[in-house]
Amino acid sequence: MITMTIVYGFINSAILVVAALGFNITFGISGVANFAHGALYIAAGFLTYLCLTELHFPYWIAAPAAVIITGALAAVIYRVVLLRVRGLVVSEVIATFAIGLAILELFRFLGFVGFEFTLPVFVDASVPLGNTLVDAQRLLVVASGIVLTVFLWLFTHYTKTGLAFRGIAQDERTALTLGINADRVAALSMAFGGAYAAVAALVILPLGTIAVNEGYDVMINSLAVCIMGGLGSTGGLIAASFLIGYGQIITATYLGTHWTMIVSLVAILIILIVKPSGLFGHQKELEERT
Amino acid sequence: MSDDVILEAKGLARSFGGIKAVDGVSFELKANQVLGIIGPNGSGKTTLVNLLTGFVKPDQGQILYKGQDVTGLPPYKVAALGMARSFQMVKPFYELPAFKNLIIPLFSSRVRRLAGGKYGDRDAVAKDLLEEVGFERDSQVITQRAGSLPHGYLKRMELAKCMALRPDLYVLDELFSGLSLAEVASLVPVIDKLMAQGATIIMVEHRLRELFRIANQVIVLNFGRKIAHGAPQEVMNDPEVKSAYLGSETED
Amino acid sequence: MKENDKSAGRRLERIDRGIHARSEDIFALNSWREMLYLLGPRVIPVVALVILGLVAPLYWQRVLVSTAMFALLAISWDMLASTGMVSLGQALFFGVGAYVSGILNHYYGLPPWLTIPLAAVIGSVICTIMLLPVLRLRGIYFAMVTLVLPLMLERIIEATKIFGGTEGISGLGQLPSVDVEFIVAMVAVWAALFGFRRLMNSDYGLVLKGIKDNDRSVMSGSINIYLYKAQALLIAGSIASLAGAFMTHAYMFVGIPVFALDYSIIPIAAAAVGGVGTLAGSLLGAFILVPLNELLRGLGGLRSVIYAVLLVVFTVGLPEGIFHFLQRKYCQFERWVEVS
Ligand SMILES: Nc1ncnc2c1ncn2[C@@H]1O[C@H](COP(=O)(O)OP(=O)(O)OP(=O)(O)O)[C@@H](O)[C@H]1O
Ligand SMILES: [Mg+2]
Repeated sequence: MITMTIVYGFINSAILVVAALGFNITFGISGVANFAHGALYIAAGFLTYLCLTELHFPYWIAAPAAVIITGALAAVIYRVVLLRVRGLVVSEVIATFAIGLAILELFRFLGFVGFEFTLPVFVDASVPLGNTLVDAQRLLVVASGIVLTVFLWLFTHYTKTGLAFRGIAQDERTALTLGINADRVAALSMAFGGAYAAVAALVILPLGTIAVNEGYDVMINSLAVCIMGGLGSTGGLIAASFLIGYGQIITATYLGTHWTMIVSLVAILIILIVKPSGLFGHQKELEERT
Repeated sequence: MSDDVILEAKGLARSFGGIKAVDGVSFELKANQVLGIIGPNGSGKTTLVNLLTGFVKPDQGQILYKGQDVTGLPPYKVAALGMARSFQMVKPFYELPAFKNLIIPLFSSRVRRLAGGKYGDRDAVAKDLLEEVGFERDSQVITQRAGSLPHGYLKRMELAKCMALRPDLYVLDELFSGLSLAEVASLVPVIDKLMAQGATIIMVEHRLRELFRIANQVIVLNFGRKIAHGAPQEVMNDPEVKSAYLGSETED
Repeated sequence: MKENDKSAGRRLERIDRGIHARSEDIFALNSWREMLYLLGPRVIPVVALVILGLVAPLYWQRVLVSTAMFALLAISWDMLASTGMVSLGQALFFGVGAYVSGILNHYYGLPPWLTIPLAAVIGSVICTIMLLPVLRLRGIYFAMVTLVLPLMLERIIEATKIFGGTEGISGLGQLPSVDVEFIVAMVAVWAALFGFRRLMNSDYGLVLKGIKDNDRSVMSGSINIYLYKAQALLIAGSIASLAGAFMTHAYMFVGIPVFALDYSIIPIAAAAVGGVGTLAGSLLGAFILVPLNELLRGLGGLRSVIYAVLLVVFTVGLPEGIFHFLQRKYCQFERWVEVS
């Protein structure tokens, strides 16, 4: 029982990290809270599914195609919609929230509801860990969590685009004077966030079915870990994912699965009440300058 | 502590993510004095104002106002005690007529208390206040949309907003910035009048020449630290002050 | 005279239609025409709706009742938004009001004419208390809390199985007839609209709006913004809770669907379509969207998509909303003048 809790808690935390990275990237760089993140995640899942089953693409084409299309979709959302309400934070939130809703409900309307919507696992095997059997896909999520985080770090520290990302994130005004195009970077950050959402979908969704409602849960979970960690802070995100991830598994084991989402929801509330800037966040967002 | 000390700051410090915006600033201010606060850009003047008026909580230090510890009090309580501040960046309610901008402080319980428990005709009081800071009474400026007023009027409106609270201590953050010489000259009598009524004033300024005519004493900040404190002439001859201002002297 | 649109050699000039003397409360009316000009847009919709409602078939009467309830939610949202508290969860007030009236009716046997006003008060008090700890949050942080709270209450009821759990409570008391329902709904919605508009145009409302524009400046005016925000929550929340209580008795049922996203998103969409910040726009938006929703019933799930798309289009493309547009057309002449 204990080992199982430890192992599954770890995996669940990794799932939270992977699912939330995209949201966190976009927010950290351009300050856009992309409430359509969960919808992009689910859209990527269905896109891959369609490429595989309707178009009969091989997996190695379908998966990258879904990642690219989702990223492009996110960039288009930025260009067409967000650009016009840039800086009006509340309008940004309402717009992305509504877009997410539209995407998810469109899938529901088109009949994407049921158990047949699944993605293939990468390796169909199980690995014994202590006295629990863990299937390989779950371990893969953990591995991809590490890879994605390391990749992000390398990207933002060693590539020109990545450095521009960090420049904007740290001080938009200075970055502007250095000739960094804030709108282009923001659009790119949306695309990057969207692509990360798609990758997350590719590794996580094979664990279950692709369900519209999952989109809302992914959104809530991502919000929870990002707020708890301090919006925009990757280290905080990982730490918060482990707190919430283990919290969810423990409540699920001892109280029942009904309680898993409540953990995330309560976490959001408590953090916003006690320390709105998050465990590791900068307080810049809350104490605006004069 | 003598009786007529109205404000005392003890070792105020506040940093923002590694930057020490204000770093151990202490001073005493006697009632009915004008204290000038000067320093190069980013030296922590506005942060000091924010600390004094409760908009930013200090990491360290203590603020005594009329002998009462006001450290950590929220801004509206500080204001209710009679310490009013103006903002460096004016953000009026653009859509409203100018005089309506003063309604908010006039609506406060402090004003009601001072008026003996009744609000009175707020609109009339607001118009009177604007006239006091130099809005022409019978012209349109008082009823004009605030958004269509020139910057000079908005700055004066900012002062009127403070006056609406009938405070004992004014903390004015760069009231003169962006004003023409004539406009500054027109505000000097207003400040003289406040002083005559017994007010105490802290003025953060970049306009040294104008400030030095009004101020009794000056504090110089540099990188958040108080590097000099004294009479205006004395302070300006201080070598450390000279070097802090070298190249960044702003007489705009 | 304001707002000039430039275009090749001519510009559109807008001129306010004159009322001879006008202050906030006193209209010195010179003629019947002016009286009509002022009262027309206020009285005609009220009368028209009442007549329409009383002659409409039962089904559409019910639609109008639920439209009125969505209008209350939208007006409530708009008032909160005008105070700088953008809510992504009007379902919170709605749902809590609904449950309070359901509980009072089912467990304590109180009749609807008592539970509805009680739920309006108790519901908004409960919600305000829940939101008290986050009053210092602004913008998206506050919005997130409002988004999270109804979801959380829903899941808690589901998990703990209190108040009937997922089954809800059914067989609740009803208002005497649909006609009565309709009249009550109309009185509520118009009273809320005119009352709230008056409030927001008073000096008190000015303070509330000031909090939205620049809360620091309001605080420097020695105003306890948290107290005012709490009051705004109480006031605005009461009509949203009333709507929830009312619908509970109209459906004779309360259950976790009262926390559904619809009750959060449709009011925002209504306010966005009608025009944010006017209250009347929210009402107008609700009276466009909700009946439209009924007409589109055949489309099933696509309706949510349509709402969402309308919400995006109006928020991003036409932030002014329909009401501002109509108001401008009504209150100003337009004419082209040659520009030399
Ligand atoms: N809310 C804040 N968050 C982060 N950093 C801040 C904040 N407020 C001030 N700072 C930093 O503190 C330092 C001091 O700023 P402050 O505004 O007090 O300077 P100032 O003397 O008023 O400058 P100026 O003459 O330009 O008005 C600056 O480096 C500024 O970037
Ligand atoms: Mg400053």
